Amino acid sequence: MADVAFEHVNKVYPGPTLAVEDLTLTVGDGEFLILVGPSGCGKSTALRMVAGLEKISSGTITVDGRAINDVAPKDRDIAMVFQNYALYPHMTVERNLAFGLKQRKTPRQEIARRVNEVSATLGLEDLMKRRPGQLSGGQRQRVAMGRALVREPKAFLLDEPLSNLDAKLRVQMRAELKKLHHRLGITTIYVTHDQVEAMTLGDRIAVMSAGRLQQIGVPQDVYDRPTNVFVAGFIGSPPMNLFRGSASGGTVSAGSFAFSRAGIPDGPVTVGVRPEVFRPAGDAPNGRPRIELLVEVVEPLGDEVLVHGSVDAHAAQSGAEEEDAMLLADGSTRAPVTVRLEPGSRPHPGDRMMLAADADAIHLFDAETGVRLA
Amino acid sequence: MSTVPIDPRTLPGETGMVEPRRLAWLPFSPWHLLLFPMAIVMLVPLVWMLVTSLETLNQTRHFPPILWPGTLQWSNYPAALRSAPFGRWFWNTTVVTVVVVASNLLLCSLAAYAFARMEFLGKKVVYFLLLATLMVPLQVVLIPTFLIVKQLGLVNHLGALIVPNLANVFGIFMLTQFFRTLPIELEEAARIDGASRLKIFFTIVVPLSTAALATLAVIQFMWTWNDFLWPLVTIFNEQAYTLQLGLQSFQGSHTTEWNLLMAGNVMSMIPMLVLFVAAQRWFVRGIATQGLKG
Repeated sequence: MADVAFEHVNKVYPGPTLAVEDLTLTVGDGEFLILVGPSGCGKSTALRMVAGLEKISSGTITVDGRAINDVAPKDRDIAMVFQNYALYPHMTVERNLAFGLKQRKTPRQEIARRVNEVSATLGLEDLMKRRPGQLSGGQRQRVAMGRALVREPKAFLLDEPLSNLDAKLRVQMRAELKKLHHRLGITTIYVTHDQVEAMTLGDRIAVMSAGRLQQIGVPQDVYDRPTNVFVAGFIGSPPMNLFRGSASGGTVSAGSFAFSRAGIPDGPVTVGVRPEVFRPAGDAPNGRPRIELLVEVVEPLGDEVLVHGSVDAHAAQSGAEEEDAMLLADGSTRAPVTVRLEPGSRPHPGDRMMLAADADAIHLFDAETGVRLA
Repeated sequence: MSTVPIDPRTLPGETGMVEPRRLAWLPFSPWHLLLFPMAIVMLVPLVWMLVTSLETLNQTRHFPPILWPGTLQWSNYPAALRSAPFGRWFWNTTVVTVVVVASNLLLCSLAAYAFARMEFLGKKVVYFLLLATLMVPLQVVLIPTFLIVKQLGLVNHLGALIVPNLANVFGIFMLTQFFRTLPIELEEAARIDGASRLKIFFTIVVPLSTAALATLAVIQFMWTWNDFLWPLVTIFNEQAYTLQLGLQSFQGSHTTEWNLLMAGNVMSMIPMLVLFVAAQRWFVRGIATQGLKG
């Protein structure tokens, strides 16, 4: 096991295109770090630089204290699981598992021992003579994991390994991965664009956007205190509701929504409210800021109800996803809002609901820079 | 339980989709009405060749042509073998073809892999120049190539037929395009697993390319086995003739023994037919393997 460190790593493609910009972070020994971000943010490029599949333009990557910039992929003592698994289709599962060890001239008995051990761990014993084309998606994913495990690497690199699975299998495999990591304790860097995977799997998550690291921290901290409006809009499903507002004399207002917050400089701000922070006004204590929601769509999910609608405010963009302001028939703009309510709630489209929010749970960001204010 | 007779034409097709009813008086697809005559047109010359090879010389000169000779002259075949060093020609053609096909499979695939996967200075220029040579007809380079072969001392020798054909630009182009369709992740996974470039090529890329390599083998075999012009230019010694060159000797300046010529042609065609049938297995296996998601 080992730690993996990025020190001011940059990756520039001809163009020039800056795919990764000044990335500095450390993955501790035995840690499960998630690199999360939208498509094209540089997370896979960062992972591939650790694997040696991409050259590092500048900066240093170290594994267990050793700089690996100029080390061949096979000598880095890392193992990788690809998004489409990259199993050798013309080889049986057994040969797939043994391939890496054979290339390293591992003795035959040792190969057999490790292959048997890993196949028992992952439940592959009955599949050894099959070819990848005869396996289900989940089985292929396990074989890909097994091929990496059998090498007993210092670090695991996983590039969106669950993205090709159906939703139910994905949930199941997430739990399997977590159990496996707890059991084996191998340093793992996991790339995903799915922020649910990021929140559930990682010891820490590193949010990336446009090649830059936005925030790194424990999932709950990143969720509770996003450092900028991009992280606020990207982490959380449904995403945080963002409004354009202004601060003046300790009072923040966004459309018809207003509340007090000390220590905020006067000027434009972006106001962020998580869907679960809004409560029906009747259920909330007095004195909380209120806003009226025009209900558009109601989605009962069983354990909760998601209500989509609009409020009298201007929407702000996080950069994580484009949110178009909705135009009402009279031409005015309103901000789209998503609210998470208890399963017993049953508003109807067209209803007007008064919502209240705990002012302390509202996030404020600088309207220009997007940096967190409070 | 009573059974109701079901008109199978009303059942959904294998995909579950309801297919249009076939015309009641046509038990096959209407496209066969076009394909069947076209197949006959393609087969007529081959059948005529076979029939001619089993006729007497007088029967071959008969007009209109005799479609069925009545008594089959199987003796035409041993007669053709005796009338010329057929066995020697067959051996020469086999040696040349096998060496050229094997060499093309090796050299074209290595070159194609370099063009498909490696980066080197001038790659695009070299590839473009190679492709440009495909536009140049053989007749244009016939004399310069002959002069080179003469300088190498290979004229009137099987080497004259082998050396200029060791690698074919068409093969490089075809395999380059094919290798580019293989998922690069397979090679990346193999690199991380510790395989060298050459190891990746022989253990990962080649096994996944059997369909393309079989195609190249069949095409190159066909071109080499049937080549007439280049052997005509470089080989003068009857003992060094290839089959196609040798068969020409049945055509005299005043008379042609058509029945023996056709018997020779049928015998020279047999290896091609065997190869086509054998290659089918590699085509299917190659396509099936590649179709599997890895």
